[in-house]
Amino acid sequence: MVPAEFGYVAPRTITEALALLERYGDSARLLAGGHSLIPLMKLRLAMPSMLIDLGEITELRGIRDDSGTLVIGATTTHATVAANELVRARYPVLAEAAGQIGDVQVRNRGTIGGSLAHADPAADLPAVMLALDAQLNICSPAGARLVAARSFFEGMFTTQLAATEMLTEIRLPPLPARTGTAYQKAANLASGYAIVGVAVVVTLDSDGAVAAARIGVTGAGAQPVRATTAEAALAGRVPGEANLSMAASAAGHDIEDPLDDMHASADYRRHLVAVHTRRALERAIAAAG
Amino acid sequence: MTLSHTIELSVNGRPRTADVAPRLLLVHFLRDTLGLTGTHSGCDTSQCGACTVLVDGAAVKSCTVLAVQVAGRTITTVEGLAQGERLHPIQQAFWDAHGLQCGFCTPGMMLTAIDLLARSPHPAEAEVREALSGNLCRCTGYQHIVAAVQRAAAAMRPTEPAE
Repeated sequence: MVPAEFGYVAPRTITEALALLERYGDSARLLAGGHSLIPLMKLRLAMPSMLIDLGEITELRGIRDDSGTLVIGATTTHATVAANELVRARYPVLAEAAGQIGDVQVRNRGTIGGSLAHADPAADLPAVMLALDAQLNICSPAGARLVAARSFFEGMFTTQLAATEMLTEIRLPPLPARTGTAYQKAANLASGYAIVGVAVVVTLDSDGAVAAARIGVTGAGAQPVRATTAEAALAGRVPGEANLSMAASAAGHDIEDPLDDMHASADYRRHLVAVHTRRALERAIAAAG
Repeated sequence: MTLSHTIELSVNGRPRTADVAPRLLLVHFLRDTLGLTGTHSGCDTSQCGACTVLVDGAAVKSCTVLAVQVAGRTITTVEGLAQGERLHPIQQAFWDAHGLQCGFCTPGMMLTAIDLLARSPHPAEAEVREALSGNLCRCTGYQHIVAAVQRAAAAMRPTEPAE
């Protein structure tokens, strides 16, 4: 399979890339790692007439600390994210999820920003971004804006990004002390994609009660969601059999309109969300200590 | 629109310059333009790993990379592993442990294994299996392949200085 013909340009700076995006508009696509876009182009499901390759823009890559906020450049690969010491120490849930994407070769090319902007409903990282309350930095020729991950995703393969905008950075706020995290997924055995994936971030208070819980769910519906009823079932309570069961069950019902396809029925997806929420909560609470 | 782009890159230690169309995939550039047919095109959907090559030392599936994306990079294919008549330790280990049957997946398996051993010189069996999960062997010869990678790991380990 060979993509349809297209033009190609590889700018060196974000400013150049944005100018090109404005010039070519809807007929252009941004190319990061290419592990979603190139397969779509080979299938001719995507036929951009111009590809703007972000691979030469060094300012889009890398991981740095900004006064306690961890800033990850959009074209940082999954392999780099998964292996990064700051990510592993502060946001183990992100290292865990990034290290489970696809396979070694896919993680060596695929990027965090590319995955988020593509907004595949079965991608792993959206759940993690919701659970970590990530902020996404979006640039256009008019300037930059920060969007919460929670409002970034609008539907299947659909985000807030306008045609002239580019996701440049993922900003992760610091987590409080006594916070534990975990990512659990039911992976499609052939592709590794999440049939459902659940990312959990739990903070305990000095009495061992849940001070805050955030549960991000991917794969279950057309877009990633926070399991807010489940979060509320945990808040202020010392985790135990009763409220963990209640929260897990609530998480299943937090998926308003589950996908129903050849991989899993809607009912089964709800069941998987409950099971994996329970497992992720147990691990996160144990890690919170 | 189909203007070709001139790319310069290093392939198996040799500098190369070529005019390529933007849509030319790396696997086709290697096989058809350079004649390096040791890189195999299998599923063509970034699943089987037969087309795996190293880009700046990292294993990638060359069916899902454009040739223009690797301008300025260093590529290693299976043809770049042996030093003259002397096999690379991973090739020797695949030979010794009989880590292949039909051989179609072998170049990709070996290059992915080199990526693994560069990151993790002492991989446990489970780590080898996880690292090779993006490479399919339809002869199902995984047992010998894993053994070959572990054998190569032992051979490539720096020898301990003598007392």
